[in-house]
Amino acid sequence: MSDTALHQDYLREHASPEGGLGSAGDFFELLKPRVMSLVIFTALVGIVVAPGSIHPVIGFTALLCIAVGAGASGALNMWYDADIDARMTRTASRPIPTGRVTPREALVFGSTLSVFAVMTMGVLVNWFAAGLLAFTIFFYAVIYTMWLKRLTTQNIVIGGAAGAFPPMIGWAAVTGGVSLESLSLFLIIFMWTPPHFWALALKRSGDYESVGVPMLPVISGEVETRRQIVIYTALLLPITLLPVALGFAGWLYLVVTATLGLGFAGLVAILARTPAGPAQDKAAMRVFFYSIAYLFLIFGALFVERVFALYAPVNLGLVGL
Amino acid sequence: MIDDEAKRHQIEVPQWTEEQLMRRRQRNKAIAWVLAGLVTLFFVVTIVKLGGNVANRPF
Repeated sequence: MSDTALHQDYLREHASPEGGLGSAGDFFELLKPRVMSLVIFTALVGIVVAPGSIHPVIGFTALLCIAVGAGASGALNMWYDADIDARMTRTASRPIPTGRVTPREALVFGSTLSVFAVMTMGVLVNWFAAGLLAFTIFFYAVIYTMWLKRLTTQNIVIGGAAGAFPPMIGWAAVTGGVSLESLSLFLIIFMWTPPHFWALALKRSGDYESVGVPMLPVISGEVETRRQIVIYTALLLPITLLPVALGFAGWLYLVVTATLGLGFAGLVAILARTPAGPAQDKAAMRVFFYSIAYLFLIFGALFVERVFALYAPVNLGLVGL
Repeated sequence: MIDDEAKRHQIEVPQWTEEQLMRRRQRNKAIAWVLAGLVTLFFVVTIVKLGGNVANRPF
């Protein structure tokens, strides 16, 4: 092959107009900004309630790394799931299915941001938090997206752990380790994820069925899904009281969590008694939206207690046990 | 002979559309902002980590 022909091939490969259509906004969309907002908030609470102090600039850096790491794993998820995203109503307008970003661009973008987030966390904050962040990205992109999502009905139960790590990472950014307290924050989100996500899955089960993702309502049916939502909610409610029992949440948190917990239990009870059909979809979406507000507000209560010095310990008489 | 030589060296360069060029400029600007932010972040964190020691040096 002549030099000219080689050069021509090179140009075709490297200057090909394929791709290059994505705007900065399209790449930002790959980061799943709505999911990211919950991640940022729960991580911020982890930073704020952790014992000890952290310089605000280092705290901000930790938060930024967690946000970018979470976004990067979202981009990797969109890269891997582009085939099923294109066939589901909820996800068909994402940047890859619509052709605004090529799968390769998403893969490079997600991988680069993952490495940057972890390395920056390690160099500027601490390597323990960086390790946890790397594990979280791996868990979401590989364990959940590539392995469990298309394999088992328990996909989001185990995969939900990825979303539960941010407050632990925030805590680790301050303390350099994990503790029972940070584990309790992890458990709250871990137990919250199944009722939250299965409520959405009840409404969208047709979508999941059409692309062969074994979500619980698709495989085990709506009755069993409603039963599982009840079980996980019943487990979640006492777990939300762990921060009080462990002594790092006070009266405000207790009152907010107990009140909102009763509301959550009420909506789940209504859903459990609603037969399949449009009424069930409505009840499921009510649980779904309430669960988002619920998590924001109980973490918000922890945040407010610390930031506005409203923390008043609840004496449970456990001292000396 | 000269014409043949010229033809042989003529290469077909795929053209970017106006829209692609516009979006590339937009992406480049976004990357520039992100890099500037990253440099600033590393600088500020370095100063924070050095703390009071940054002023405590022999002249």
